[in-house]
Amino acid sequence: MTSLEVRQLDAWFGKAKVLKSIDVVAADRAVTAIIGPSGCGKSTLLRCMNRMHEEVRGARAEGEVLFGGQDVYAPDADPVEVRRQIGMVFQRPNPFPTMSVFDNAVAGLKLAGRFPKAELHDRAEKALRAAGLWEEVKDRLQQPGGRLSGGQQQRLCIARALAVEPQILLMDEPASALDPVSTLRIEELIAELKRDYTVIIVTHNMQQAARVSDSTLFMLYGEVVEFATTQKVFTNPEDRRTEDYVTGRFG
Amino acid sequence: MVGITLTTGILLVGVLALVLAVLAKGGAPTFSRFGLGFLTSSHWDPPHQQFGALPFVFGTLLTSFVALVLSVPVAVGLAILLNEPISAKITGPLATFIDVLAAIPSVVFGLVGLFVIAPWMERNIEPLLHSIFGWIPVVGKLFPALSRSASGHVVGAGGDYFVAGVVLSIMILPIVTAISREVVATVPRDLREAAKALGATRYETIRMAVLPYSAQGIAGAAFLGLGRALGETIAVSMVIGGGASLGASLYAPGQSIASAIASQFNGATNQLQRSSLLALGVILVALSFGLAALSKMFVSRGARRMESAIEAG
Amino acid sequence: MAVAVADRRPLATGLSRSRWMKDRVFSAFLLLCAALALVPLVVIAMFVVVRGVSALNINFFTKLPPGPLDPPHTGGIANAIVGTGMIIGLAVVLSVPLGIATAIYLSEYGRGRIATVVRFTANTLLATPSIIAGLVVAATVVTWTHSFSAYAASLAISILMWPVVTRATEEVLRLVPQELREGALALGLPRWKVVVKIVIPTAGSGILTGVMLAVSRGLGETAAILLTALGNSYMNTSYGRPTASITLDIYSWARQPQPVLQELAWGAALTLMTTVLVLSIAARVVSIRRQRRLA
Repeated sequence: MTSLEVRQLDAWFGKAKVLKSIDVVAADRAVTAIIGPSGCGKSTLLRCMNRMHEEVRGARAEGEVLFGGQDVYAPDADPVEVRRQIGMVFQRPNPFPTMSVFDNAVAGLKLAGRFPKAELHDRAEKALRAAGLWEEVKDRLQQPGGRLSGGQQQRLCIARALAVEPQILLMDEPASALDPVSTLRIEELIAELKRDYTVIIVTHNMQQAARVSDSTLFMLYGEVVEFATTQKVFTNPEDRRTEDYVTGRFG
Repeated sequence: MVGITLTTGILLVGVLALVLAVLAKGGAPTFSRFGLGFLTSSHWDPPHQQFGALPFVFGTLLTSFVALVLSVPVAVGLAILLNEPISAKITGPLATFIDVLAAIPSVVFGLVGLFVIAPWMERNIEPLLHSIFGWIPVVGKLFPALSRSASGHVVGAGGDYFVAGVVLSIMILPIVTAISREVVATVPRDLREAAKALGATRYETIRMAVLPYSAQGIAGAAFLGLGRALGETIAVSMVIGGGASLGASLYAPGQSIASAIASQFNGATNQLQRSSLLALGVILVALSFGLAALSKMFVSRGARRMESAIEAG
Repeated sequence: MAVAVADRRPLATGLSRSRWMKDRVFSAFLLLCAALALVPLVVIAMFVVVRGVSALNINFFTKLPPGPLDPPHTGGIANAIVGTGMIIGLAVVLSVPLGIATAIYLSEYGRGRIATVVRFTANTLLATPSIIAGLVVAATVVTWTHSFSAYAASLAISILMWPVVTRATEEVLRLVPQELREGALALGLPRWKVVVKIVIPTAGSGILTGVMLAVSRGLGETAAILLTALGNSYMNTSYGRPTASITLDIYSWARQPQPVLQELAWGAALTLMTTVLVLSIAARVVSIRRQRRLA
């Protein structure tokens, strides 16, 4: 069963075409990694999945992104609603600096509607536990989100994304701004998350992709070069360019 | 070259020192005669050597407060509008129009205020506000019924605190907008995207990510606008109505510190009156400089606090 | 726990009514702000043009203000034009060189405490209300010489213009790349020559823009002139005597009952606004051309 399917997706920044006919499927309750050299379009592809790409002036996308059978780019689809159902974690941790840890965690929930206080607390705790942050912040919930360390901030952002219970979690180089210890924790977290969520992760760190993902998509110059199970991509790739990349000959 | 330029720098400092010294020395007789009573008394009677600054301080503060209340929300709205990509096409022309507004001389504001804005407000807006708010217990007193007929203005006596406040709000709008706009522009894209990725609407994004981040800087912009409003003389004196008594409502005529100095100094007959006007100058300068300093503090403190909050860890 | 397949919500807008409404109301508010910013400008421009244009004729620019018995459209602001020219002219002569010199000090030479104090002073004077400048000069020069005068007004306006020139010039000087200075110094040029021959010419038209903006501000001045030059119904070309100015005339005639004078006030306002706007636009054109050349 697939959670998310991209069909013939094209994307532009102004006149420059940055994604060409992308086809990829992300399996349910699995981790799909997108790798490739800088500028190959992997972040753009990720951002097209929850319609964040078009927030940049002059950017647009065409094609289909099927999520639970519905096309995210259908004429009557609302980008705001799409983003509510698909969660995203960014490269640099971006908790809201004026909000407390607790308020950050439930920020997405508060947008969705009015919840009784008790339920908000429950869901915040659940999300913070899922992000592996609960033990460290349970006594500091009212402190500003900006006071946490970098690694903690990133896990807070993950908790924030998980609190609304999305089906899919998009992660754009989530550990690249963190120190090695935090990076390891994030990778462990991803391995746990895939029990309940579909995770799509962009990373420039090949070893990380090999460690955490089930399927891997390799991109070059805005095009799909190879898409297969992680094991195959890293040990026995079909395409010469894939082999060159994963063995470090370029990029 | 260093000698010449350094000398001019020192000369500049000398000018400021001179300004402060002249005001202090000139106002000293008044302060020593009346002490703090100068600020609390509303009895301004030159022939009888009685000088109390309260009506003018009150007029200055009231008109400036009205100006702030009216212009800050609009300035914040404009600052947001000028930073949002949706309105890309209107940003340029809109910014230009605001700059042009800033370049209009204050006497022209006064002229249009006196002949156009004041009559229109006295005929339409003020009665309207009276019918909306007049019945509320305490606040309603600010918007009383107008006893004069609305048949036409009397030249030289037109205007009141409220009209002056409205004219002032238009005059300070460009500067408050300019600073607010810069402050809002510094909100990191990351924060906006965090809100958007959660499925926030434009309003929610601004409420969650943009405004909290810019709050202190916008306060700084408001302080600067307030400082400008306090010192504005000519336009205010043309539409504030005149009269040295403390007005009882927004619709009463009055004076501000600056307009009092402007209308009385040339005709001041006795030394104590001159000294009192200079003492008013001292008060005005203290308020202006204080607000300018506060403004700077808030704008830079806001920026620094946000930067460090984001870069923690 | 992720949501089961059957519970998936449609992607067409699931926004609750109230969230959608708040967003719409907010967008409407933003547009209202834009309108509120434009309306005053349009109103002012309209009235000044409509009521001012009928006052303009040859007499307006060449004759003196009318007396009570003069027929309409025979009086003018010739003395005010001359007076304004005199006052602003002298103010420019005083404040521009001083302003530029101070800016050079702050940008090229100033280090440490003295520079901090000078810069703080410039910022403080920039925030000074113009009535204060007029008041101080009136309490000193005018009082000591027992006379209102054009040069007293120029002094007051110089106090206001000086920091404007300094701030604008310093900004432009700072934009001159440090490499340019270092290259010239490495060639053995003394510092003052580097400033005069390299830095200032590079900053060139930027300084001109700053001066134009300062003049623009000076032209709009009334309060400082009111207490120092007093005004004059006749032509005066001597700096030592009371002098008319366009802004002062507008200020006093607006509050007179005679329609003739009021009409002249509108005409003067139109003249003044046009001049100030032309200057502002010219400053902007110079600045844009300069940026194109540097790009």
